[in-house]
Amino acid sequence: MSDSQPILSVRNVSKSFGAVQALNQVSFDVNPGQVVALAGDNGAGKSTIIKAISGVFHHDAGEILLGGEPINFATPHEAREHGIETIYQDLALAENLSIGENIFLGREPKRLLFGVLPILDRKAMAAAAQGAMASLDFHVTRLDAPVAAFSGGQRQAIAIGRAIYWNARLVIMDEPTAALGVPEQRRVLALIKNLRGQGKGIIFISHNLRDIFEVADEIVVFRRGENAGARRPTDTTHDEVVKLMVGG
Amino acid sequence: MTITTATPTGSLPHPVILWIAQLRAWVFLCLLIIFFEIWARAAEGSSFVFNLYNIQSIAVFATAPLLLALGQTFVIISSGIDLSLGFVMGLSSVIAAHASNYFMVRYGVPPFAAMLLAILSGTLVAFIPGLVNGLLIAHLQIPPFIGTLGMYGVARGAAYLFAGGMTVAIDNPWFSAIGNGRIYGVPVLVIITAVTCLVMHYLLSETRFGQHTYAFGASKVAARRAGIDIKRLTLKIYLLSALGAGLAGAMYTGRFTAGAAQAGEPLLLDSIAAVVIGGASLFGGSGTIWGTIAGALVIAVIQYGLVFINVEPFWQFIAVGAVIIVSVLVDQTQRNLTGGRQVE
Repeated sequence: MSDSQPILSVRNVSKSFGAVQALNQVSFDVNPGQVVALAGDNGAGKSTIIKAISGVFHHDAGEILLGGEPINFATPHEAREHGIETIYQDLALAENLSIGENIFLGREPKRLLFGVLPILDRKAMAAAAQGAMASLDFHVTRLDAPVAAFSGGQRQAIAIGRAIYWNARLVIMDEPTAALGVPEQRRVLALIKNLRGQGKGIIFISHNLRDIFEVADEIVVFRRGENAGARRPTDTTHDEVVKLMVGG
Repeated sequence: MTITTATPTGSLPHPVILWIAQLRAWVFLCLLIIFFEIWARAAEGSSFVFNLYNIQSIAVFATAPLLLALGQTFVIISSGIDLSLGFVMGLSSVIAAHASNYFMVRYGVPPFAAMLLAILSGTLVAFIPGLVNGLLIAHLQIPPFIGTLGMYGVARGAAYLFAGGMTVAIDNPWFSAIGNGRIYGVPVLVIITAVTCLVMHYLLSETRFGQHTYAFGASKVAARRAGIDIKRLTLKIYLLSALGAGLAGAMYTGRFTAGAAQAGEPLLLDSIAAVVIGGASLFGGSGTIWGTIAGALVIAVIQYGLVFINVEPFWQFIAVGAVIIVSVLVDQTQRNLTGGRQVE
């Protein structure tokens, strides 16, 4: 694996908001089929770096390389078109629409009725939804159901399904397990492993060290906007990661 | 590898039951008609529904509030409200009347062409308040309730000013025929309204514009993150709503052979009521054109039916008011049953 090119390379990235240095010379890589967990206390810079990657902010200094090409996206939309899908905690699903309609929101396929009248192609949307969800081992029984009818973990799967359908290379997940009950948390962790199996790069942000140790291939610890260290879960302990997070 | 089946949580009813639930305004309409039929037979010895005159009258009666309610459906689905529609209709009615007179008298345009130009002018003048509503709401982030309330006042004043405080009579047989004529027994107004319903249904349920309106109403964040230009979307929604009112105004002028600033005054609340009775939620994200059509017919049948069975007319307000409240309660119950949550 060491000779394959990383999907994402963050090199010495810095970002400040006025006098506040939110990121200072941060670096890490994400390889295909690798889960990189970002750990750190509140305000350590985890959110800032994912926003810089996903086109919400511009970074001030350093480089972010996507497949070897330097990027500095102007909008999240542009980042998404380049295969970076960010799944925020609130998921940003339209709860009144079906899974297929959510996957295609803003890019709905059309077909011609009687060869003249363009209408939405709902069959194509439902079929794509079925396919994307099946690749996550979710077999949806009711494709007509609004997203509101599904549980929290299932909605995570829908948001991930959307990323898969649009061929995301890099999936960024911000606290995907935070609002869920324990069985649902297990299911989301299984989804992340599934995504890894599909060769995606994954950035996983969590406060929960147990989740991090279960799915991460690499743990990158942030402290006050700086890299505090990177460890493999097999070579470290919870205590050591906590020490890196809080310093001392 | 474990296989998970994603079944919607809670008990999502069978699709057929969901479908019937969505059509509940039509079910209610049928019950209402049966009620009036029984009453009319028992009390008057005549039929309510097997009476061509009654059917035509109710259909014509429903056209004006329905034309307002069609655009209002888009606005309410987007979790907005358009309070300006009543006086936008009045403004359009006055402008259509002036245009008919102006083209016939000043330029000697034949009545048929003058009628077309009048309908066009009446409808298009609604573009202005619609555009201002959309710009205020989309670009200046003014809440829809306030922005369109302001436009309610502006359109009202403008309509009375253009009318010189009076009604503007027209003398155009073609224009009058649009408002009162029939083709094979079907009133022209009903045909025009039916075609408008089809166009609106197409826009709402078969285009990206409609799909984005639903998404925007349910979650502005979801719509924005999906890359939808929500300012443009908002502008289009309020323009569409105003154009419906413009058409309603022009039709009013034909029907009563006069333009009147107060043409739509009592119809604004009827338009909102029709959308709500039709199953839309004022929280946004749900509603259909078919539902709104049924909602408008429910109101028309109540109003006409109560007169037909000789109940004092003031009971109409009470009956329509009660139906609105019951509709909202039924809507909430259905949401709880289908697992759909009312967000916020």
